[in-house]
Amino acid sequence: MLQNLINSLPEWTKASGEADDVAISSRIRLARNLKGIPFPNKANDQQLTKVVETIESAVNRQSDLMLPIKIEDLTANQRLIMVEKHLCSPQFIEKPHYRMLVINKEQTISLMVNEEDHLRIQTISPGFNLENALNQANHVDDFLEETLDYSFDETCGFLTSCPTNVGTGIRASVMLHLPGLAMVDQIKQVLSALTQLGINIRGLYGEGTESLGNIYQISNQVTLGHSEEELANNLTSVCRQVIEQERSVRKALMKDSRLQLEDRLCRSYGLLTQARLMNTQEALKLLSDVKLGIDLGIIPEAARVNVKELLFLIRTSILQHIYGKEMNQFERDYHRAMTIREKLASV
Amino acid sequence: MICQHCNQRPATIHLTKIINYEKTELHLCEACAQVVGNELGIMIEPNFTFQNLLASLLDGDFNNIYQQASQNTGIYCQQCGLTLTDFRNNGLLGCSDCYKSFRSNLEPLLKKVHGGTVHAGKVPKRSGGKFRIKKEIEKLRNKLHQAISHEEYEKAAQLRDEIRRLEQEL
Repeated sequence: MLQNLINSLPEWTKASGEADDVAISSRIRLARNLKGIPFPNKANDQQLTKVVETIESAVNRQSDLMLPIKIEDLTANQRLIMVEKHLCSPQFIEKPHYRMLVINKEQTISLMVNEEDHLRIQTISPGFNLENALNQANHVDDFLEETLDYSFDETCGFLTSCPTNVGTGIRASVMLHLPGLAMVDQIKQVLSALTQLGINIRGLYGEGTESLGNIYQISNQVTLGHSEEELANNLTSVCRQVIEQERSVRKALMKDSRLQLEDRLCRSYGLLTQARLMNTQEALKLLSDVKLGIDLGIIPEAARVNVKELLFLIRTSILQHIYGKEMNQFERDYHRAMTIREKLASV
Repeated sequence: MICQHCNQRPATIHLTKIINYEKTELHLCEACAQVVGNELGIMIEPNFTFQNLLASLLDGDFNNIYQQASQNTGIYCQQCGLTLTDFRNNGLLGCSDCYKSFRSNLEPLLKKVHGGTVHAGKVPKRSGGKFRIKKEIEKLRNKLHQAISHEEYEKAAQLRDEIRRLEQEL
């Protein structure tokens, strides 16, 4: 099963979802800790082991559902694959000891054990659908809670290692593709308005990463004082407005400067189908253009699935896995360009 | 975004200057921000991290972090041994008891970060056992008051019995 997990892309990367002309995915994360054991940053090796064992046995009550993986058992490249498929955070693989990742077959649910908290439950749905992701996360949470004693306080709610997560422990986030707003230079304005509403904006891989290919992660900052549903609904309505704004900008661009837009998007398509060397940054930028082209009906719809997959296939770790070897920058750029050409040639 | 000063490194520090109602925005990399910051007479923390930010909320005043930290070094969590200074340095608490040990320091911080300080979300079945019952009793009491005010005495009696039953579970 591990090989299958590594070889295949998460289901949400291929499936279509609501508003997926703008929204790529919706994610819920719940932070939990076990009662009576210090948080991972203060726990000793024995305590960390106990956390791993306790959670593993809670998971194994339905062994066919989820696969527990010890990070230490993975190769360096396999660890990177987990990060690049958004199954765990980059910080999680930095210190592999006593850390376990639990993933379901579809790769839509993952549990990080002993990251900043003992347990982080993460669910991802395709497109714009926080409700579905929240239902799934609650389902997993309830199942695990049947045997796990969580650290909980009547006033503070679920206790977490960092006080910015305390209460519900929830982080709801939506990944949005905003090339239109970026093109007309409105992106900064929109994003700074959001930060004033207690909404967080981050790059592709979460905290501290930059935005690549016009992809932004929008998430709630507040976790205490409101219910999980309220927080998710609040983020949903904020994101809906951003999505509408992006759509209206796209419409205006199509109306006022259609030819320039077509030229730019088709040039990007041309580069992707012809280039012989391509780095990740450039590839993401061009794929962003092509995705926009498909959403606007400028580039054939048939390319949609391939472009979605390419967003992942061009990642270093996945390229290295496909070609079965570690590569230097030059080799990576070469194989990346080749993968893109092959994928798009089949359209 | 590229730094406006050196035009080479990515801009990670964004400054907004407002002088005589005139607003200028500067986008700088860390190195240039030091230089420009010195010229403008502002100190830009070389490691302006999330932890520092959190620590500043703890004190309420950014300039006071270091001063107050030295005053508070005596406070520590009896369960895990974490000191308030440790928390300032890495932004993480050590165990569940830290929330009690540092309550007075954390409360203003929680208010600033979250707005509220009282949990209003999910309650776990196992560890939240009694609290769940308390919440349920609270809900029934409200219903009881309503029933009485509507003179629905039969219903009120039922609710009263239900509340008594739950109270015995506590």
